[in-house]
Amino acid sequence: MSTATAPAAGSARDLTRRFLSDPGAVIALVVFTGFCIAGFGAPWIAPQNPYDLRQVDILDSLMAPGSESFTGMTYWLGTDGQGRDMLSAMLYGIRISLVVGLASGLLALAFGTVVGLIAAYRRGWVDTVLMRIVDLQLSFPTILVALILLVILGRGVDKIIFALVVVQWAYFARTVRGVALVEGARDYVEAARGLRLGGIRILLGHILPNCLPTMLVVATMQMAMAISLEATLSFLGLGLPPTRPSLGLLIANGFDYLQSGRYWISVLPGLVLLAIIISVNLLGDRLRDVLNPRL
Amino acid sequence: MAEYIIRRVLQALLVLTVMTLLVFFGVNVIGNPVYIFASSECDQACLSAIIADLGLDQPIWRQYLTFVGNLAQGDMGKSFTHGVPALHLIFERLPATLELAFAALVLALVVGLPMGIYAGLRPDGWGAKLVMSFSMVAFSLPVFWIGIIMILTFSVQLGWMPSVGRGDTVDLGFVETSLLTLDGLHHLAMPAFTLSLIMMAMVIRLARAGMREVMFTDYIKFARANGVPERRVLGAHALKNILIPIVTVLGMEFGGVIAFAVVVESIFSWPGVGKMLIDAIAVLDRPLIVAYLICVVFMFVTLNLLVDILYSLLDPRIRLGGGRA
Repeated sequence: MSTATAPAAGSARDLTRRFLSDPGAVIALVVFTGFCIAGFGAPWIAPQNPYDLRQVDILDSLMAPGSESFTGMTYWLGTDGQGRDMLSAMLYGIRISLVVGLASGLLALAFGTVVGLIAAYRRGWVDTVLMRIVDLQLSFPTILVALILLVILGRGVDKIIFALVVVQWAYFARTVRGVALVEGARDYVEAARGLRLGGIRILLGHILPNCLPTMLVVATMQMAMAISLEATLSFLGLGLPPTRPSLGLLIANGFDYLQSGRYWISVLPGLVLLAIIISVNLLGDRLRDVLNPRL
Repeated sequence: MAEYIIRRVLQALLVLTVMTLLVFFGVNVIGNPVYIFASSECDQACLSAIIADLGLDQPIWRQYLTFVGNLAQGDMGKSFTHGVPALHLIFERLPATLELAFAALVLALVVGLPMGIYAGLRPDGWGAKLVMSFSMVAFSLPVFWIGIIMILTFSVQLGWMPSVGRGDTVDLGFVETSLLTLDGLHHLAMPAFTLSLIMMAMVIRLARAGMREVMFTDYIKFARANGVPERRVLGAHALKNILIPIVTVLGMEFGGVIAFAVVVESIFSWPGVGKMLIDAIAVLDRPLIVAYLICVVFMFVTLNLLVDILYSLLDPRIRLGGGRA
């Protein structure tokens, strides 16, 4: 880290200004916000509801980007094998990918934070046992654990979120425990103890807020990983059901047509997926530089 | 030393037991396997016969013990779709997967190590920035997407590389390999590269970090002061010391590589165990699914155990410090 002497914290306005001083981070923020608006606004923005069979015409299948349908509608990004408008399918896909990424990230964050704080607070054998479990969990490759869980559980939005939480919580638990232990040894905690504040109150009111910057950075990085992993699993046909196609599932559908030169069906959702993952990663990088947590 | 090894073996056995429990209860208790065997006009008597035949009338703990007992004898049941023992199928397909994983491992080392060492020696140059950007991209992008783009570019557009299957293989008596024919290597190149990307990114980072640390140590300064040629300083003294963490991480990651091979094999239709798993899931071939999961977990736990034991032999601080860091 080049700015090792920079203060670890500052006013919110100061942090915002430092965050925005990097053009890459601003672009990433704009791109990510744009995808969020596009994804969550999908039902209102999309030209058609790609999963309403009355609006989809099988005769319009596999049309190249820019083609016009019989009814005069233009498919700006082409259509897929079932005649769905790719633009609409992608907007809905973005929504599902983001929901899965956010939900699993937040749940893992919550669960991991609780475990990490308990370990840091209780110390002793509780700490040892919890951290052993974390070690064990982290020693297994994420893709292997997710694969096993999804093979057992089957497909579904709730199931993939569960699997992603299982593979992610340990990162949060370990990070939060580490930061909480460091913060717990600081003077302000000593001062709070001197005031005879309760242990739980010190933990939640004093130590937890100081763990937040680190948690935010880890959560951003983990969200990028979760979106990527969900896309991979959905591509394999293990993640989401065909009725809730995420970007990964759209790419998988298009993969069958790749050899015949109909590249747009899998390349376009793939580019969106890349843009989301890269922008979230860049945001995480910038947050880490600005917040400068002791990871 | 013996105490450390015994403790690690016990720990590995515990993990294996937990995994067999998870897989057994997961695959056999959630959902009812009877309906896979039963035809649509099967009445109650016929259903009970199937249940008795599968041992489902036994209490659940007895079913589990039977499962573990069979497992210990290498019996994982017969595949529904192929009609042969599941384990047999796995051993038939495993060489293709191991070949792919091995090629990826070699590729990651051969390409990643020089790149990482270079980036570590000149950390501020544009070459190092390029290497580190490559490592970040390889690490964060979904592997399946990189595979798809390679197929689109090199197979569909340019027509240079084959995108399906293993190509010509040579029968070595006990195993078939595509490493020894030009056509086989041609087929292997893209899948192996795709699979190696994550490992390559990891090797680059570890080599760079190791290099930056090692170059400031006293023994490197001393070797230089003694007039040892720079090439030997790097090749013999620095390399040896950065290799320890790299070998450890690669050893532990190998299980992940086998799991990731599922993705790569699906994209490139590589006839390994990963492709077989996806096919088995599509037709709900439970014995085959269970056999695959148990085998991969077994392989992973064994590898981890071996790496830990080897590591403790190499570095006495581990076994004396008690437990792993």
